Amino acid sequence: MKFFEHFGNYTLFLLGLFKRPERFKVFAKQTLLEMSSIGVGSFGIVSLISVFTGAVSTIQIGVQLVSGLVPDYMLGTFVRDSNIYEFSPTITCLVLAGKVGSSIASEMGTMKVTEQIDALEIMGINSANYLVLPKILAGVLTIPLLVVYAMVLSIIGGAISGVMGDIISVDAYVRGLRTDFVPFSVWFALIKSTTFAFLITSISAYHGYRTEGGALEVGRSSTMAVVYSAVAVIIFDYILSDILLGA
Amino acid sequence: MIQLKNIKKSFNGKIVLDDISASFYPGKANFVIGASGSGKSVMMKCMVGLIDVDQGEIFYGQDDFVNKSYEERKLIRKEIGMLFQGTALFDSLSVEDNIAFPLRMFTQMTAEEVLERVNFCLKRVDLANVNKLYPSNLSGGMKKRVGIARAIALNPKYLFCDEPNSGLDPLTSRLIDKLIKEITIEYNITTVINTHDMKSLFDMGDNIIYIYQGKKEWEGEKSLIRSSGNNRLLEFMKASEF
Repeated sequence: MKFFEHFGNYTLFLLGLFKRPERFKVFAKQTLLEMSSIGVGSFGIVSLISVFTGAVSTIQIGVQLVSGLVPDYMLGTFVRDSNIYEFSPTITCLVLAGKVGSSIASEMGTMKVTEQIDALEIMGINSANYLVLPKILAGVLTIPLLVVYAMVLSIIGGAISGVMGDIISVDAYVRGLRTDFVPFSVWFALIKSTTFAFLITSISAYHGYRTEGGALEVGRSSTMAVVYSAVAVIIFDYILSDILLGA
Repeated sequence: MIQLKNIKKSFNGKIVLDDISASFYPGKANFVIGASGSGKSVMMKCMVGLIDVDQGEIFYGQDDFVNKSYEERKLIRKEIGMLFQGTALFDSLSVEDNIAFPLRMFTQMTAEEVLERVNFCLKRVDLANVNKLYPSNLSGGMKKRVGIARAIALNPKYLFCDEPNSGLDPLTSRLIDKLIKEITIEYNITTVINTHDMKSLFDMGDNIIYIYQGKKEWEGEKSLIRSSGNNRLLEFMKASEF
């Protein structure tokens, strides 16, 4: 029952968001600020995770290709596909669910408990539209770009670990990368990451916006935001894979 | 002028406001007093539309606020300024941007005009050289002043102050009181003040409304309060050493 209550409230929350902004200039400025916070602010963590994901996937797939039945250049193909289809969009978004999600929820929650949201409402401003819509738009615009960046870095990370660990030569790795490339894999990753971006920003904002009480509740909202965003990412990962890649 | 007519509000079956009718006059400091939990804050939130009443009417001049749509209410809200108990200044904005915020949202002023108005409002609340500071850099009294400056930026017709003196030392409290009173008279604002600070009430109050457990127990001018004959009100005053 609690799930349906939340789902209903979340839907109403989203319906209240999509209104014409009060001042487009202010809205555009807010969106740019949020893009900087979500995008530029996540550059470091995304870089670190992507390089290591690529590196680890090269080592682990390399270990399983020792039989000699599969040509060694195929390692590059497997690393490319596993990172483009799954690791880069999903792991990056799960990490962003933690970083961006908790940041949005705690910011909104603090604004709620310190009456800053009430102050906006009293001024005649649709607070959800003013505060949340720029975050969602910024997330939807920047997170897919971060995922593309993660894809590139994970493939580079894979090459570095392959060469450093003497698992594969650069030429063979590049040959593998160029073998049987399906351009749709990138579109698939972009569709997934756009969906995840919407889920992470909107679910986190919803939990922050509903905070009542004090510091303890802000922390609780932040935790809820991360948990629900991560669960939504995993569930939609399955749904989108089934719809877009299923037979 | 603001008029409440028979407003009722309950939460989960518990009646918080019980058939309250009251009038708040322009150019006057209209005080709402009562013990903690008596319903003062809920009443103020109902008046500004943060909480919907279950029953009754709230008139801003001739406009029935309760029966208006969200968009229609926005027009009235643009004439409302509010000073929150915790000031509710936007943490991420500087003092200048906090005060400029409603001006940028609702007026077509140029950047120079906005800055001029911001500086005027800051001067009006006796603050100088704080434009670029952030709320976290300000003392409690300064935050209240900035809150007042933001509330008056759009020349409101109605000013709501929720516990304006809470958390302030007595001297700063009196300064804030004086400021609110001056602004009320100067701009002929209908000012509504929630408080249980009786010193503040006797210094600057005009019209008094006493609420006890969600019911209006007494309403009248300050001069009549001692002869009100209402035992609960007299006891409340006595407890405050007045």
